[in-house]
Amino acid sequence: MAILEILTYPDPRLKMIAEPITEFNADLAVFIANLEETLRAAPGGVGIAAPQVGILQRIVIIDVSSKPKIKHHGRLILINPEINHWKGFAIGREGCMSVPDYTGKVVRAEQIELSAQDESGTRQHYQMEGYEARAVQHELDHLDGILFIDRLISRRHDLFHR
Amino acid sequence: MTQWFMLTLVGKDRIGIVARVTTALYQGGCHLGEASMLRMDGNFTIMLMVHFPGTKAALTALLAPIADELQLHIHIDPSVGEQTTRQEPNVQISVHSADRAGIVAQVTSILAAAGLNILDLESDIGGHANNPFYIMQIEGVATRGIEALQQALQTWHQTSEQTIEVRLTPITTTIF
Ligand SMILES: [Zn+2]
Repeated sequence: MAILEILTYPDPRLKMIAEPITEFNADLAVFIANLEETLRAAPGGVGIAAPQVGILQRIVIIDVSSKPKIKHHGRLILINPEINHWKGFAIGREGCMSVPDYTGKVVRAEQIELSAQDESGTRQHYQMEGYEARAVQHELDHLDGILFIDRLISRRHDLFHR
Repeated sequence: MTQWFMLTLVGKDRIGIVARVTTALYQGGCHLGEASMLRMDGNFTIMLMVHFPGTKAALTALLAPIADELQLHIHIDPSVGEQTTRQEPNVQISVHSADRAGIVAQVTSILAAAGLNILDLESDIGGHANNPFYIMQIEGVATRGIEALQQALQTWHQTSEQTIEVRLTPITTTIF
């Protein structure tokens, strides 16, 4: 296992579109283990996407279970993930391990329906909301070369009209 | 010498103020930092952090021709450039009322006494001229916790005779 280097803005690889995974083999398992170790080593890290370590493949790891009092699915390996449905929206303040020392307001869907393959290639379906849904939307953006600073809204915009 | 200055410029609004000012600064060797630029009652207001490799007098001279031409009031203060210790808001407060007398003074006094450090306050008047209402949005840091602010507002709300709507919302920031 190894902790991988996290790329930071303006590394051009953060702006590229990642490729789907087609083979669920031992190499993939090794990479996922390394990606997870990298995530666990980051202070407060709740999610990471493969392009953040320079691997342009559609792999995301999410684990928001450390955050108290929220609904979540625990540790999730999301391969070739797709959001099939969005509902509602909320404004929240985000930062990114790849964009150090800056945070800003971003609009995300409140609830999403997500499908993704797991480590073995089996497609799974998830209903998510709130914080976990935000984390997933942030990480999936990385697979399409989108950073949260591409989605900023005005700092004078009102928060959380529900 | 290399240092940060806080620059304040105010003048009658017209197209191109920002472009002219920032072009002059760029050509004079400045880098820009945080900025707040806003049209207010027919004026355009600029508050801007500028990194300039020279003295305050030199920066003043650099801007003088444009200030003259666009009739801008200019104020320059040396500053520290503290963006690495920048504070992030953890609470947002929205206030609205048809009764304008002393709202800002009252609400901010109560919040300050309960530990709120205001980072950003925006207010405006809406409605018709004969029936206006006042709106205020505040973002800040609850230095003694959000609970303390909530309690202070609640206590005040029970005793106040004015009808003022105050909504307090925590802001959470996550590094994903
Ligand atoms: Zn990120």
